[in-house]
Amino acid sequence: MILSGRRSALAQCAFLVIALLLFCAILDTALAQPFGVTRGAAQPEVGGFAGWILQKQAEFYRMLSGLIRAAKADGSAAYTLLGISFLYGIFHAAGPGHGKAVISSYLVANDETWRRGVVLSFASAILQAFTAIAIVGIAAAMLGATAEAMGETVRVIEIVSYALIVLIGLRLLWVKGRAFLRLLRGGADAGPSHDHAHDHHHGHNHDHHHHGHAHAHDHHHHGDEASAWGHAHAPEPQELTGRHWFRRGLSAIVAVGLRPCSGAIIVLVFALAQGLFWIGVASTFLMGIGTAITVAAIATLAVGARGLAGRLAKAKPGAGMIFIRGLETAAALVIVLFGTALLTGYMVSERLMGV
Amino acid sequence: MLRILLAAFVTLVVAAPAWAHPHVWVTMHTELVYAPDGKITGIRHAWSFDDMFSTFATQGLESKEKGKFTREELAPLAKVNVESLKEFDYFTYATADGKKAELAEPAPDYWLDYANEVLTLNFTLPFKKPVSAKELKVEIYDPTIFVDFSFAKEKPAQLVGAPKCKLDVVLPREMTFAEGKKLSEIPADQPNTTMAWGAQFASRLLVHCP
Repeated sequence: MILSGRRSALAQCAFLVIALLLFCAILDTALAQPFGVTRGAAQPEVGGFAGWILQKQAEFYRMLSGLIRAAKADGSAAYTLLGISFLYGIFHAAGPGHGKAVISSYLVANDETWRRGVVLSFASAILQAFTAIAIVGIAAAMLGATAEAMGETVRVIEIVSYALIVLIGLRLLWVKGRAFLRLLRGGADAGPSHDHAHDHHHGHNHDHHHHGHAHAHDHHHHGDEASAWGHAHAPEPQELTGRHWFRRGLSAIVAVGLRPCSGAIIVLVFALAQGLFWIGVASTFLMGIGTAITVAAIATLAVGARGLAGRLAKAKPGAGMIFIRGLETAAALVIVLFGTALLTGYMVSERLMGV
Repeated sequence: MLRILLAAFVTLVVAAPAWAHPHVWVTMHTELVYAPDGKITGIRHAWSFDDMFSTFATQGLESKEKGKFTREELAPLAKVNVESLKEFDYFTYATADGKKAELAEPAPDYWLDYANEVLTLNFTLPFKKPVSAKELKVEIYDPTIFVDFSFAKEKPAQLVGAPKCKLDVVLPREMTFAEGKKLSEIPADQPNTTMAWGAQFASRLLVHCP
């Protein structure tokens, strides 16, 4: 009985992993309904929503250069430029990108509220705008660096950012995975047990630290491996959603927001060459706000879906808890997989060709 | 369990090429160069970048005259361009009578020029072995759609030294429409296995020779 119960829980978990991996792709299609062309049932995937997004964001992006030139002669063109930058941001983020996937998974794994999701989305998008402005402002405007040098800078930032994503994912996977496995092995009675004073750790948002801390615990319990899983040493999920959520979320903000958008860098350099760097800065910020709105909307959907799953799970006391912990573990795993794919170059988010 | 995880990861990786946005626009003029014996020897590309990318790429480059760049001044950039294109197979894929035709590294006489604030990269991709084909297909696209390729409206492509052959230029938008129409004729309960990312946005050259 226990064995079969476990097996079905494992199957549930596996199913959830896949479900979450496809989460963003499905969201894209789900969002497609109101906008997409709804002629015929066999709408081509690419020509549908994704294709439309791609086309729109490309359209807006291509308008930017003309508008920057126009702003030079006619100040009122600057307003149009800002409007288009904002729209570009919205569409750019609605297209494929790792930022919203990582933020959504982070929120699902940590059981954060949608309000926090919105704050995290905005903070990371604004940080992204800042990095682009800092790179172009310092490297190009002040030091006269070449595009190649800027490309190198972005590459370094990229590696740091992707590594951070992996670390955040691993830390979450460690915490959530352990809670999940504990529940699977210990059965339904493994509720919130030891409430060790872990609070001081949560104030720190350095992932190395958390990770190291987790390992130390593992080492500590080497003697009684059998009971180690049943022993609640990882912070309880309830514990994780404390007052320090923003400081904790800072690692996610930095991981996602550190890597600047190539488009923003190109626009900034172009504006600089036209002698309108400040117009480029304003445009970059509006792109950031547009991006934030889309990411926040998607993050809210993810939080909503998780909340719904949580309510459904409550109806089934034993299996429901396993379901929720499995969902959180899967979300953490998604972050790890994303980070690894980005870091190893399996998934190329953006690159600056030939520079 | 492991198998399912693996499958999930593969799904993620396969979906990966779609995770990009166009940030560079290239307007192409392509020449297909034939030898007197009727075999195609190489593909000569002239790729003009959009004004924003051109400005970006020339940022910080030294030039004698402000806002103008000579071929010599652009030589280091051309080198970086061509060398980094290798990783992406020069975005150029050729098949001769349905079989893949291997392309070699570009001839060393590549160059960049700068006119009207637009950078143009000129380079020739020789075939590893000159090929004779009744049906030659050359596709130019970026599978990740970071670079958007399209043929120049005037003079998109031409044949050099192949008087008996006929060239067709297939534009990607037309292709999408045709495929979309074809797709809408497939019954809804049948899976679509014919369309793929990137390739759908390919600009194609078809050469028919007797």
